[in-house]
Amino acid sequence: MSSLETIPVTTEVATGNVEPLLHEIRHALKRLIEGKEGTVIDLKRLPLAPGEEERIAATLGTGEVRAEVDALGPTLIQETSYPGVWLITHKNVDDVVVARFVEVTYIPELLRSQQADIDAGINRLENELKN
Amino acid sequence: MRKDQNLGEYLRMQGVSRRGFLKFCSATASLMALPPSAVSQVAEALATARRPSVIWMSFQECTGCTESLTRSHAPTVESLIFDAISLDYHHTLQAAAGHGAEAAREAAMEENKGEYILVVDGSIPNGNNGYSTIAGISNHDMLIEAAADCFAIVAVGTCASFGGLPQANPNPTGAVSVSEIIKDKPIINVSGCPPIPVVITGVLAHFLTFGTIPELDALGRPAAFFGQNIHDRCYRRPFYERGQFAETFDDEGARKGWCLYKLGCKGPTTYNACATLKWNQGTSFPIQSGHGCIGCSEPSFWDKGGFYDPISAGQWGSRDALLGAAAAGAALGVGSALAARARKKKAQAAEEV
Repeated sequence: MSSLETIPVTTEVATGNVEPLLHEIRHALKRLIEGKEGTVIDLKRLPLAPGEEERIAATLGTGEVRAEVDALGPTLIQETSYPGVWLITHKNVDDVVVARFVEVTYIPELLRSQQADIDAGINRLENELKN
Repeated sequence: MRKDQNLGEYLRMQGVSRRGFLKFCSATASLMALPPSAVSQVAEALATARRPSVIWMSFQECTGCTESLTRSHAPTVESLIFDAISLDYHHTLQAAAGHGAEAAREAAMEENKGEYILVVDGSIPNGNNGYSTIAGISNHDMLIEAAADCFAIVAVGTCASFGGLPQANPNPTGAVSVSEIIKDKPIINVSGCPPIPVVITGVLAHFLTFGTIPELDALGRPAAFFGQNIHDRCYRRPFYERGQFAETFDDEGARKGWCLYKLGCKGPTTYNACATLKWNQGTSFPIQSGHGCIGCSEPSFWDKGGFYDPISAGQWGSRDALLGAAAAGAALGVGSALAARARKKKAQAAEEV
Protein backbone atom coordinates (compact mmCIF):
# COMPACT_ATOMS: atom_id res chain seq x y z
CA MET A 1 0.00 0.00 0.00
CA SER A 2 1.25 3.49 -0.81
CA SER A 3 2.35 5.67 2.04
CA LEU A 4 0.45 8.90 2.65
CA GLU A 5 3.43 10.91 1.32
CA THR A 6 2.97 9.44 -2.15
CA ILE A 7 -0.59 10.78 -2.51
CA PRO A 8 -0.31 13.96 -4.62
CA VAL A 9 -2.23 16.35 -2.39
CA THR A 10 -0.43 19.54 -1.45
CA THR A 11 -0.97 21.10 1.93
CA GLU A 12 0.65 24.46 1.35
CA VAL A 13 -2.38 26.31 2.64
CA ALA A 14 -2.29 29.38 4.81
CA THR A 15 -5.13 30.49 7.07
CA GLY A 16 -3.46 33.82 7.69
CA ASN A 17 -3.60 33.08 11.42
CA VAL A 18 0.10 32.50 12.05
CA GLU A 19 1.23 36.12 11.85
CA PRO A 20 -1.59 37.50 14.07
CA LEU A 21 -0.72 34.83 16.63
CA LEU A 22 2.92 35.90 16.61
CA HIS A 23 1.77 39.51 17.13
CA GLU A 24 -0.41 38.32 20.02
CA ILE A 25 2.68 36.75 21.56
CA ARG A 26 4.60 40.03 21.06
CA HIS A 27 1.83 41.97 22.82
CA ALA A 28 1.77 39.40 25.64
CA LEU A 29 5.54 39.78 26.10
CA LYS A 30 5.16 43.56 26.36
CA ARG A 31 2.46 43.10 29.00
CA LEU A 32 4.74 40.76 30.94
CA ILE A 33 7.60 43.28 30.83
CA GLU A 34 5.28 46.03 32.05
CA GLY A 35 4.73 43.93 35.17
CA LYS A 36 1.26 42.76 34.25
CA GLU A 37 0.10 39.16 34.22
CA GLY A 38 1.32 36.39 31.92
CA THR A 39 -0.70 34.97 29.04
CA VAL A 40 -1.62 31.46 27.98
CA ILE A 41 -2.73 30.76 24.38
CA ASP A 42 -4.50 27.46 23.58
CA LEU A 43 -3.29 26.40 20.13
CA LYS A 44 -6.15 23.89 19.75
CA ARG A 45 -8.67 26.74 19.67
CA LEU A 46 -7.26 28.36 16.52
CA PRO A 47 -8.10 27.29 12.99
CA LEU A 48 -4.72 26.28 11.61
CA ALA A 49 -3.92 24.59 8.33
CA PRO A 50 -1.82 21.45 8.23
CA GLY A 51 1.77 22.49 8.88
CA GLU A 52 0.95 25.86 10.46
CA GLU A 53 1.43 24.68 14.04
CA GLU A 54 4.85 23.44 13.01
CA ARG A 55 5.49 26.82 11.36
CA ILE A 56 4.66 28.60 14.62
CA ALA A 57 7.01 26.31 16.53
CA ALA A 58 9.76 26.81 13.93
CA THR A 59 9.38 30.61 14.00
CA LEU A 60 9.56 30.64 17.80
CA GLY A 61 12.61 28.37 17.70
CA THR A 62 14.18 26.67 20.70
CA GLY A 63 15.80 28.42 23.63
CA GLU A 64 18.02 27.39 26.52
CA VAL A 65 15.57 25.46 28.69
CA ARG A 66 13.85 22.18 27.90
CA ALA A 67 12.11 20.15 30.57
CA GLU A 68 9.92 17.08 30.68
CA VAL A 69 7.31 16.55 33.36
CA ASP A 70 6.18 12.98 33.87
CA ALA A 71 2.62 13.26 35.18
CA LEU A 72 -0.33 11.49 33.53
CA GLY A 73 1.90 11.06 30.46
CA PRO A 74 4.78 13.29 29.38
CA THR A 75 4.56 17.09 29.17
CA LEU A 76 7.28 18.85 27.20
CA ILE A 77 8.12 22.37 28.32
CA GLN A 78 10.37 24.19 25.88
CA GLU A 79 11.51 27.77 26.24
CA THR A 80 11.55 29.27 22.77
CA SER A 81 14.31 31.44 21.33
CA TYR A 82 12.32 34.39 22.72
CA PRO A 83 12.89 34.31 26.49
CA GLY A 84 9.63 34.38 28.37
CA VAL A 85 7.79 32.52 25.60
CA TRP A 86 7.29 28.81 26.35
CA LEU A 87 5.79 26.07 24.22
CA ILE A 88 4.00 23.49 26.38
CA THR A 89 2.87 20.18 24.90
CA HIS A 90 0.75 17.87 27.05
CA LYS A 91 0.67 14.24 25.95
CA ASN A 92 -1.27 11.33 27.39
CA VAL A 93 0.18 7.97 28.39
CA ASP A 94 -0.14 6.82 24.76
CA ASP A 95 2.10 9.72 23.67
CA VAL A 96 -0.83 11.45 21.91
CA VAL A 97 -0.94 15.26 22.18
CA VAL A 98 -3.99 16.26 24.26
CA ALA A 99 -3.32 19.99 24.53
CA ARG A 100 -0.73 22.50 23.34
CA PHE A 101 -0.22 25.96 24.74
CA VAL A 102 2.03 28.95 24.24
CA GLU A 103 2.68 30.38 27.68
CA VAL A 104 4.18 33.85 28.07
CA THR A 105 5.58 33.97 31.58
CA TYR A 106 8.83 33.99 33.58
CA ILE A 107 8.44 30.36 34.61
CA PRO A 108 5.56 28.01 33.71
CA GLU A 109 3.44 27.02 36.70
CA LEU A 110 3.95 23.33 35.96
CA LEU A 111 7.70 23.63 36.57
CA ARG A 112 7.29 24.95 40.11
CA SER A 113 7.13 22.43 42.94
CA GLN A 114 3.54 22.43 44.11
CA GLN A 115 2.63 23.05 47.76
CA ALA A 116 0.49 19.90 48.02
CA ASP A 117 3.35 17.79 46.63
CA ILE A 118 5.86 19.43 49.00
CA ASP A 119 3.58 18.67 51.96
CA ALA A 120 3.24 15.04 50.88
CA GLY A 121 6.99 14.85 50.26
CA ILE A 122 8.03 16.05 53.70
CA ASN A 123 5.70 13.49 55.27
CA ARG A 124 7.36 10.76 53.26
CA LEU A 125 10.83 11.97 54.20
CA GLU A 126 9.93 12.09 57.89
CA ASN A 127 8.56 8.56 57.72
CA GLU A 128 11.70 7.43 55.93
CA LEU A 129 13.92 8.90 58.66
CA LYS A 130 11.86 7.29 61.44
CA ASN A 131 12.52 3.83 60.02
CA MET B 1 -13.94 5.78 42.48
CA ARG B 2 -16.15 5.48 45.56
CA LYS B 3 -19.39 7.45 45.52
CA ASP B 4 -18.48 9.40 48.68
CA GLN B 5 -15.09 10.49 47.31
CA ASN B 6 -14.49 13.73 45.51
CA LEU B 7 -12.32 13.86 42.43
CA GLY B 8 -9.34 15.45 44.20
CA GLU B 9 -9.24 12.65 46.79
CA TYR B 10 -9.65 10.02 44.10
CA LEU B 11 -6.75 11.37 42.03
CA ARG B 12 -4.47 11.60 45.08
CA MET B 13 -5.30 7.97 45.90
CA GLN B 14 -4.33 7.05 42.33
CA GLY B 15 -0.92 8.63 42.95
CA VAL B 16 -1.61 11.66 40.75
CA SER B 17 0.52 14.60 41.91
CA ARG B 18 -0.65 18.20 42.07
CA ARG B 19 1.32 18.78 38.87
CA GLY B 20 -0.58 15.91 37.23
CA PHE B 21 -3.83 17.39 38.52
CA LEU B 22 -2.97 20.82 37.05
CA LYS B 23 -2.18 19.16 33.74
CA PHE B 24 -5.51 17.31 33.89
CA CYS B 25 -7.27 20.64 34.59
CA SER B 26 -5.48 22.38 31.68
CA ALA B 27 -6.54 19.63 29.30
CA THR B 28 -10.07 19.62 30.74
CA ALA B 29 -10.39 23.42 30.37
CA SER B 30 -9.21 23.07 26.77
CA LEU B 31 -11.74 20.24 26.31
CA MET B 32 -14.53 22.49 27.59
CA ALA B 33 -13.39 25.31 25.28
CA LEU B 34 -12.71 27.48 28.33
CA PRO B 35 -9.97 30.10 28.18
CA PRO B 36 -6.64 28.94 29.67
CA SER B 37 -7.07 31.58 32.39
CA ALA B 38 -9.95 29.45 33.77
CA VAL B 39 -7.64 26.58 34.76
CA SER B 40 -7.42 27.67 38.41
CA GLN B 41 -11.25 27.83 38.65
CA VAL B 42 -11.48 24.40 37.05
CA ALA B 43 -8.88 23.03 39.48
CA GLU B 44 -10.72 24.45 42.48
CA ALA B 45 -14.09 23.09 41.32
CA LEU B 46 -12.82 19.68 40.20
CA ALA B 47 -10.90 19.06 43.43
CA THR B 48 -14.16 19.02 45.36
CA ALA B 49 -16.46 17.69 42.63
CA ARG B 50 -18.73 14.81 43.65
CA ARG B 51 -19.50 11.89 41.41
CA PRO B 52 -22.71 12.44 39.43
CA SER B 53 -24.93 9.52 38.49
CA VAL B 54 -25.41 9.10 34.74
CA ILE B 55 -28.13 6.98 33.17
CA TRP B 56 -27.57 6.41 29.46
CA MET B 57 -30.45 5.28 27.27
CA SER B 58 -30.12 4.13 23.68
CA PHE B 59 -33.24 4.23 21.54
CA GLN B 60 -33.46 4.22 17.70
CA GLU B 61 -29.72 4.48 17.08
CA CYS B 62 -26.82 2.72 15.38
CA THR B 63 -24.42 2.75 18.40
CA GLY B 64 -22.17 5.14 16.45
CA CYS B 65 -22.39 7.72 19.25
CA THR B 66 -21.21 5.22 21.87
CA GLU B 67 -18.52 3.99 19.45
CA SER B 68 -17.35 7.57 18.96
CA LEU B 69 -17.07 8.08 22.69
CA THR B 70 -15.34 4.83 23.51
CA ARG B 71 -12.81 5.40 20.71
CA SER B 72 -12.05 8.94 21.91
CA HIS B 73 -8.50 10.14 21.65
CA ALA B 74 -7.38 11.31 25.06
CA PRO B 75 -7.60 8.23 27.25
CA THR B 76 -5.84 9.76 30.24
CA VAL B 77 -8.09 12.77 30.55
CA GLU B 78 -11.26 11.15 29.33
CA SER B 79 -10.93 7.95 31.30
CA LEU B 80 -10.43 10.05 34.41
CA ILE B 81 -13.62 11.93 33.60
CA PHE B 82 -15.40 8.63 33.08
CA ASP B 83 -14.03 7.30 36.33
CA ALA B 84 -15.36 10.45 37.91
CA ILE B 85 -18.95 9.83 36.85
CA SER B 86 -21.09 6.94 37.95
CA LEU B 87 -22.39 5.37 34.74
CA ASP B 88 -25.24 3.46 36.34
CA TYR B 89 -26.99 2.24 33.20
CA HIS B 90 -25.85 1.84 29.60
CA HIS B 91 -27.25 -1.31 28.05
CA THR B 92 -24.53 -1.55 25.38
CA LEU B 93 -21.61 -1.23 27.78
CA GLN B 94 -22.88 -2.84 30.98
CA ALA B 95 -22.38 -6.50 31.80
CA ALA B 96 -25.83 -6.94 33.33
CA ALA B 97 -28.78 -7.80 31.10
CA GLY B 98 -32.51 -8.38 31.36
CA HIS B 99 -34.38 -7.77 34.60
CA GLY B 100 -31.14 -7.25 36.56
CA ALA B 101 -30.12 -4.34 34.32
CA GLU B 102 -33.54 -2.72 34.54
CA ALA B 103 -33.57 -3.13 38.32
CA ALA B 104 -30.16 -1.36 38.47
CA ARG B 105 -31.58 1.51 36.40
CA GLU B 106 -34.61 1.85 38.66
CA ALA B 107 -32.43 1.72 41.78
CA ALA B 108 -30.06 4.42 40.43
CA MET B 109 -33.03 6.65 39.54
CA GLU B 110 -34.51 6.25 43.01
CA GLU B 111 -31.20 6.77 44.82
CA ASN B 112 -30.29 9.90 42.81
CA LYS B 113 -33.73 11.42 42.43
CA GLY B 114 -33.54 14.94 41.02
CA GLU B 115 -29.75 14.77 40.61
CA TYR B 116 -28.89 12.27 37.90
CA ILE B 117 -27.93 13.15 34.34
CA LEU B 118 -29.97 11.37 31.69
CA VAL B 119 -28.03 10.78 28.48
CA VAL B 120 -30.08 9.72 25.46
CA ASP B 121 -28.83 8.60 22.07
CA GLY B 122 -31.23 7.70 19.28
CA SER B 123 -34.60 9.09 18.32
CA ILE B 124 -37.93 7.98 19.75
CA PRO B 125 -40.58 6.29 17.55
CA ASN B 126 -43.72 8.25 18.18
CA GLY B 127 -45.96 6.80 15.52
CA ASN B 128 -46.09 3.24 16.76
CA ASN B 129 -44.34 2.67 20.08
CA GLY B 130 -43.82 -0.97 19.20
CA TYR B 131 -41.05 -0.09 16.75
CA SER B 132 -38.48 0.04 19.55
CA THR B 133 -38.78 -1.36 23.06
CA ILE B 134 -36.41 -2.28 25.89
CA ALA B 135 -37.48 -4.96 28.36
CA GLY B 136 -40.98 -4.65 26.92
CA ILE B 137 -41.12 -0.92 27.68
CA SER B 138 -41.51 1.45 24.74
CA ASN B 139 -38.78 4.05 24.22
CA HIS B 140 -41.40 6.75 24.68
CA ASP B 141 -42.54 5.47 28.09
CA MET B 142 -39.01 4.79 29.29
CA LEU B 143 -37.94 8.32 28.37
CA ILE B 144 -40.93 9.88 30.16
CA GLU B 145 -40.24 7.80 33.27
CA ALA B 146 -36.48 8.48 33.37
CA ALA B 147 -36.81 12.18 32.58
CA ALA B 148 -39.30 12.83 35.40
CA ASP B 149 -36.66 12.90 38.15
CA CYS B 150 -33.47 13.80 36.28
CA PHE B 151 -31.45 17.00 36.73
CA ALA B 152 -30.93 17.48 33.00
CA ILE B 153 -30.89 15.55 29.75
CA VAL B 154 -27.99 15.31 27.33
CA ALA B 155 -29.27 14.34 23.87
CA VAL B 156 -26.22 12.75 22.27
CA GLY B 157 -26.13 12.61 18.47
CA THR B 158 -28.32 14.08 15.77
CA CYS B 159 -31.02 11.39 16.22
CA ALA B 160 -31.68 12.30 19.86
CA SER B 161 -31.15 16.01 19.20
CA PHE B 162 -33.21 16.47 16.05
CA GLY B 163 -34.60 13.10 14.89
CA GLY B 164 -31.65 12.27 12.61
CA LEU B 165 -31.63 9.39 10.14
CA PRO B 166 -34.72 7.60 11.53
CA GLN B 167 -36.69 10.81 10.96
CA ALA B 168 -35.55 11.15 7.33
CA ASN B 169 -38.34 11.23 4.80
CA PRO B 170 -40.66 9.23 4.84
CA ASN B 171 -39.97 8.74 8.57
CA PRO B 172 -41.59 5.28 8.81
CA THR B 173 -41.45 5.08 12.61
CA GLY B 174 -42.66 8.61 13.32
CA ALA B 175 -39.26 9.32 14.88
CA VAL B 176 -38.93 12.44 17.01
CA SER B 177 -36.19 14.06 19.07
CA VAL B 178 -36.03 14.14 22.87
CA SER B 179 -37.08 17.79 22.95
CA GLU B 180 -40.28 16.98 21.06
CA ILE B 181 -41.40 14.80 23.97
CA ILE B 182 -39.82 16.32 27.07
CA LYS B 183 -40.75 19.94 27.67
CA ASP B 184 -40.05 20.53 31.35
CA LYS B 185 -36.35 19.64 31.74
CA PRO B 186 -33.14 21.32 30.55
CA ILE B 187 -31.98 19.53 27.39
CA ILE B 188 -28.49 19.86 25.96
CA ASN B 189 -28.27 18.78 22.33
CA VAL B 190 -24.86 17.37 21.44
CA SER B 191 -25.56 16.82 17.75
CA GLY B 192 -23.40 15.14 15.14
CA CYS B 193 -23.54 11.82 13.32
CA PRO B 194 -21.69 10.89 15.44
CA PRO B 195 -20.80 13.80 17.71
CA ILE B 196 -17.14 14.63 18.26
CA PRO B 197 -16.16 12.49 21.27
CA VAL B 198 -14.41 15.31 23.13
CA VAL B 199 -17.59 17.39 22.84
CA ILE B 200 -19.54 14.63 24.65
CA THR B 201 -16.81 14.46 27.29
CA GLY B 202 -16.60 18.25 27.44
CA VAL B 203 -20.30 18.51 28.34
CA LEU B 204 -19.92 15.83 31.05
CA ALA B 205 -16.80 17.65 32.31
CA HIS B 206 -18.82 20.86 32.52
CA PHE B 207 -21.40 19.15 34.76
CA LEU B 208 -18.66 17.64 36.84
CA THR B 209 -16.83 20.93 37.21
CA PHE B 210 -19.59 23.48 37.62
CA GLY B 211 -22.74 21.40 38.22
CA THR B 212 -24.62 23.65 35.81
CA ILE B 213 -25.97 23.67 32.25
CA PRO B 214 -23.48 25.17 29.76
CA GLU B 215 -24.48 28.16 27.66
CA LEU B 216 -26.57 26.93 24.72
CA ASP B 217 -27.22 28.16 21.18
CA ALA B 218 -30.67 28.61 19.61
CA LEU B 219 -30.88 24.86 18.89
CA GLY B 220 -29.98 23.90 22.45
CA ARG B 221 -26.35 23.00 21.68
CA PRO B 222 -23.38 24.01 23.87
CA ALA B 223 -22.28 27.37 22.44
CA ALA B 224 -18.63 26.64 23.25
CA PHE B 225 -18.58 23.89 20.62
CA PHE B 226 -21.40 24.88 18.24
CA GLY B 227 -21.05 28.67 18.36
CA GLN B 228 -19.29 29.00 15.03
CA ASN B 229 -19.81 27.37 11.68
CA ILE B 230 -17.33 25.01 10.05
CA HIS B 231 -16.76 27.45 7.19
CA ASP B 232 -15.62 30.30 9.45
CA ARG B 233 -13.11 28.03 11.20
CA CYS B 234 -12.00 26.15 8.09
CA TYR B 235 -8.38 26.45 7.04
CA ARG B 236 -9.56 26.36 3.38
CA ARG B 237 -11.63 29.53 3.87
CA PRO B 238 -8.98 31.79 2.21
CA PHE B 239 -9.52 29.84 -1.05
CA TYR B 240 -13.27 30.52 -0.85
CA GLU B 241 -12.52 34.23 -0.44
CA ARG B 242 -10.27 34.14 -3.50
CA GLY B 243 -12.81 32.16 -5.55
CA GLN B 244 -10.55 29.12 -5.86
CA PHE B 245 -12.69 25.98 -5.86
CA ALA B 246 -12.14 22.29 -6.55
CA GLU B 247 -14.52 21.42 -9.41
CA THR B 248 -14.14 17.65 -9.19
CA PHE B 249 -12.52 15.37 -6.63
CA ASP B 250 -9.48 14.75 -8.80
CA ASP B 251 -8.77 18.07 -10.49
CA GLU B 252 -5.90 20.45 -9.88
CA GLY B 253 -7.94 22.43 -7.34
CA ALA B 254 -8.63 19.29 -5.31
CA ARG B 255 -4.94 18.40 -5.35
CA LYS B 256 -4.02 21.90 -4.22
CA GLY B 257 -6.47 21.76 -1.33
CA TRP B 258 -8.84 24.46 -2.63
CA CYS B 259 -12.31 25.12 -1.24
CA LEU B 260 -14.87 22.27 -1.60
CA TYR B 261 -17.97 24.49 -1.71
CA LYS B 262 -18.84 23.59 -5.31
CA LEU B 263 -18.53 19.89 -4.47
CA GLY B 264 -21.31 20.20 -1.94
CA CYS B 265 -19.48 21.20 1.25
CA LYS B 266 -22.09 22.21 3.85
CA GLY B 267 -19.53 24.03 6.03
CA PRO B 268 -21.19 27.45 5.61
CA THR B 269 -24.46 26.25 7.17
CA THR B 270 -23.10 23.75 9.69
CA TYR B 271 -22.26 24.63 13.26
CA ASN B 272 -19.76 22.32 14.92
CA ALA B 273 -16.16 22.21 16.18
CA CYS B 274 -14.70 19.73 13.64
CA ALA B 275 -12.34 22.32 12.11
CA THR B 276 -10.59 22.99 15.41
CA LEU B 277 -11.04 19.88 17.59
CA LYS B 278 -10.77 17.48 14.63
CA TRP B 279 -11.14 13.67 14.69
CA ASN B 280 -9.00 10.55 15.10
CA GLN B 281 -6.56 11.68 17.74
CA GLY B 282 -6.85 15.26 16.52
CA THR B 283 -5.42 14.19 13.15
CA SER B 284 -7.86 15.56 10.64
CA PHE B 285 -11.49 16.29 9.77
CA PRO B 286 -13.49 15.55 6.58
CA ILE B 287 -12.54 18.75 4.74
CA GLN B 288 -8.85 18.25 5.55
CA SER B 289 -9.20 14.74 4.11
CA GLY B 290 -10.57 16.17 0.86
CA HIS B 291 -14.33 15.64 1.34
CA GLY B 292 -16.85 18.38 1.99
CA CYS B 293 -18.75 18.65 5.25
CA ILE B 294 -22.14 16.85 5.01
CA GLY B 295 -23.72 18.98 7.72
CA CYS B 296 -24.39 16.07 10.08
CA SER B 297 -24.88 18.22 13.17
CA GLU B 298 -27.79 20.16 11.68
CA PRO B 299 -31.51 19.29 11.84
CA SER B 300 -32.88 17.24 8.88
CA PHE B 301 -29.46 16.99 7.25
CA TRP B 302 -30.50 13.79 5.42
CA ASP B 303 -33.32 15.60 3.66
CA LYS B 304 -31.47 18.72 2.58
CA GLY B 305 -30.54 17.57 -0.91
CA GLY B 306 -27.54 15.62 -2.16
CA PHE B 307 -24.30 15.62 -0.24
CA TYR B 308 -22.52 16.59 -3.46
CA ASP B 309 -24.87 19.37 -4.52
CA PRO B 310 -23.75 22.87 -3.56
CA ILE B 311 -25.78 24.50 -0.80
CA SER B 312 -27.27 26.89 -3.34
CA ALA B 313 -28.69 23.92 -5.32
CA GLY B 314 -30.25 22.43 -2.19
CA GLN B 315 -32.17 25.62 -1.54
CA TRP B 316 -33.98 25.41 -4.84
CA GLY B 317 -34.67 21.71 -5.18
CA SER B 318 -35.56 20.63 -8.72
CA ARG B 319 -33.50 21.44 -11.79
CA ASP B 320 -36.45 23.35 -13.31
CA ALA B 321 -36.68 25.64 -10.32
CA LEU B 322 -32.93 26.04 -10.46
CA LEU B 323 -33.09 27.08 -14.12
CA GLY B 324 -35.87 29.53 -13.32
CA ALA B 325 -33.81 31.10 -10.61
CA ALA B 326 -30.77 31.25 -12.83
CA ALA B 327 -32.82 32.93 -15.54
CA ALA B 328 -33.87 35.53 -13.04
CA GLY B 329 -30.24 36.14 -12.34
CA ALA B 330 -30.80 35.05 -8.77
CA ALA B 331 -27.44 33.91 -7.56
CA LEU B 332 -23.83 33.25 -8.29
CA GLY B 333 -24.11 30.04 -6.30
CA VAL B 334 -26.94 28.76 -8.48
CA GLY B 335 -24.67 29.03 -11.47
CA SER B 336 -22.07 26.96 -9.75
CA ALA B 337 -24.76 24.40 -8.82
CA LEU B 338 -25.68 23.96 -12.46
CA ALA B 339 -22.04 23.65 -13.35
CA ALA B 340 -21.59 20.98 -10.69
CA ARG B 341 -24.57 19.01 -12.01
CA ALA B 342 -23.26 19.31 -15.54
CA ARG B 343 -19.87 18.04 -14.38
CA LYS B 344 -21.56 15.15 -12.62
CA LYS B 345 -23.49 14.22 -15.78
CA LYS B 346 -20.34 14.53 -17.86
CA ALA B 347 -18.50 12.28 -15.43
CA GLN B 348 -21.35 9.76 -15.50
CA ALA B 349 -21.35 9.80 -19.30
CA ALA B 350 -17.60 9.25 -19.34
CA GLU B 351 -17.99 6.29 -16.98
CA GLU B 352 -20.66 4.74 -19.17
CA VAL B 353 -18.42 4.93 -22.27
